[in-house]
Amino acid sequence: MSGGVTSRWWLGGAAALVVAVLAGLGVGPAGIAPGAIAGELLSRLPVVHAGRPLGRLDATVLWELRAPRVALGALVGAMLACAGGAYQAVFRNPLADPYLLGVAAGAGLGATAAIAYAGGGELLPLAAFAGATAAVTAAYLLGRSVGGRATATLILAGVAVAAFATAAQSFVLQQNADSVQSVYAWLLGRLSTSGWSDVLLVMPYVAVSLAVIVAHRRALDVLRVGDEEAASLGVPVARVRFAVVAAATLGTAAAVAVSGLIGFVGIVIPHAVRLLAGTSYRVVLPLAGLLGAAFLVLADVVARTALSPAELPIGVVTAFVGAPFFVVVLRTTRMAGP
Amino acid sequence: MGSRRRWAALAVAPCVAGALAAGCGGSDDDRPASSAPDGGARAGFPVQVRDANGVVTVRRAPRRVVSLSPTATETLFAVGAAGQVVAVDEQSNYPKQAPRTDISPSQPNLEAIARYRPDLVVISDTSPPDLAGGLRKLAVTVLEEPSAQDLDDAYDQIRDLGTATGHTDQASDVVKRMRTKLNELFARAPSGAGLSVYHELGPELYAASSGTFIGGIYRRLGLDNVADKAARKSGTDYPQLSSEYVVSSDPDLIVFTDCCRQSAASVRTRAGWDAIEAVSDGGVTTVDADVASRWGPRLPQFVAAVVAGLERVER
Repeated sequence: MSGGVTSRWWLGGAAALVVAVLAGLGVGPAGIAPGAIAGELLSRLPVVHAGRPLGRLDATVLWELRAPRVALGALVGAMLACAGGAYQAVFRNPLADPYLLGVAAGAGLGATAAIAYAGGGELLPLAAFAGATAAVTAAYLLGRSVGGRATATLILAGVAVAAFATAAQSFVLQQNADSVQSVYAWLLGRLSTSGWSDVLLVMPYVAVSLAVIVAHRRALDVLRVGDEEAASLGVPVARVRFAVVAAATLGTAAAVAVSGLIGFVGIVIPHAVRLLAGTSYRVVLPLAGLLGAAFLVLADVVARTALSPAELPIGVVTAFVGAPFFVVVLRTTRMAGP
Repeated sequence: MGSRRRWAALAVAPCVAGALAAGCGGSDDDRPASSAPDGGARAGFPVQVRDANGVVTVRRAPRRVVSLSPTATETLFAVGAAGQVVAVDEQSNYPKQAPRTDISPSQPNLEAIARYRPDLVVISDTSPPDLAGGLRKLAVTVLEEPSAQDLDDAYDQIRDLGTATGHTDQASDVVKRMRTKLNELFARAPSGAGLSVYHELGPELYAASSGTFIGGIYRRLGLDNVADKAARKSGTDYPQLSSEYVVSSDPDLIVFTDCCRQSAASVRTRAGWDAIEAVSDGGVTTVDADVASRWGPRLPQFVAAVVAGLERVER
């Protein structure tokens, strides 16, 4: 590892996240002055007796509404970016994203059913999570029962399951036209407004998932040379692939459950990191997590300030940045080969 | 897969934002003009009424009416045309005796409608654009009555439906009673000056701004609407707000519908919302989702609920 260069990237990533979090806390339609927020933050520090706390309403806005949103953005962004990088590594496919194996379609079906038949509410994240994991499990079992070249079959099985789940979702929606608005809002992604409970809900999954993915970063580097070569170098290919896919899927399902379908983070960030800091997954995966967190927090700042006080769905913001980038990735990979 | 669906969802977006309150709101030139001013003409068919697309001639008094609009259904029954209505769409749940079918107002099947051999079909702006043409091919008279833009528009639609079904006088009576009741309510209501209102359409925090029919009622009561700023910025009358914005603008009156499993209690459990004075002090008013989104004969019920809420806030 070329220590000097990478440690600079670590610092850069951490700095980006800090800046994003401060921006996330400082900007919002409530229009609390940055100075007042700085005072509030200072007054919360245990030892320093400085700063001045905010009034009740502003404090509620900052700590109950804005802070959990920032935290959720960081968790979901880190999860999606890291999972995207992991999927790209496992499938050796630069266009793989965390939704590849049917997570999005499964979660969409679960969320739609929850909204249509139970009015959404607290059931929604659970249903989305269950739908996502069920879809990927189905894709995995289907792919295994077919056999053949492991990754290609798995991806195709994912396509089949996703198509099926999407059809089922459309049917449910068609039968319950009055829930279109809620489902639509969910599909475009939003950093939920239900306070800290969502953050606590998603935290354990994200922590475990990130830990598993990052722990396998060296094995994923070896995997890049090909299955047989990696096996001959002593890497248990099948086990690594299963562990990483399972962890990335579980984490993504949890993220999707609370934030809806936020697109492009899982593709944009890992590729950006690869362009900036080299192709080794030892660097790409953790750094993608850091920058993914920073990116989504900043995207959410845009989402709630661009038309403030109206909200812009965060999926629109990420896709707006992501789509042009995606084209560039497509062009360069077409020229250079995968 | 995911992205394709997301774009498909975008295509319905303009319709969705206001769907709960209004369906797709019509533009200004959708406004039907006033029908025949002589309230006395009872059964003098043929009659002409103006709907969203221009002048419609109804040749004979319709005997088999199909309504694909819950608002129109309520109106038809209120003006005394109940005996002529043979079928209504699946959303037309009021009044109870309306002959409800499983025809979807937004995706109706032409053959399913034709089965009732209608001579007049009333549709709204949630109906697909090709429906009217298909019905006319079957020699059925079609009346398109989009969501009303304001009170006068709502009155006009009631008169239109009365005239088209041969109940001009009853329709005038319905309008007169509504007008009297509403004027009474507006006169009785405490002034909303200096107070603000937040009218929520659903838990995604889509809100009705002053540019909407509902918003017009609040404007009439002198209330400021917290959604107006967002409406100006986003260019939509039904903007989506953030929790942070709603809480920080601290509305004095919160009105939301009983749709989507919402209640005054569930609003209280939303993170941070207990900081809004209205939430702890009884400034939350729940209204019937159907009454609040169908601007027909039951409109005074909605206004009465809002005025009662305003009276609680003032006290």
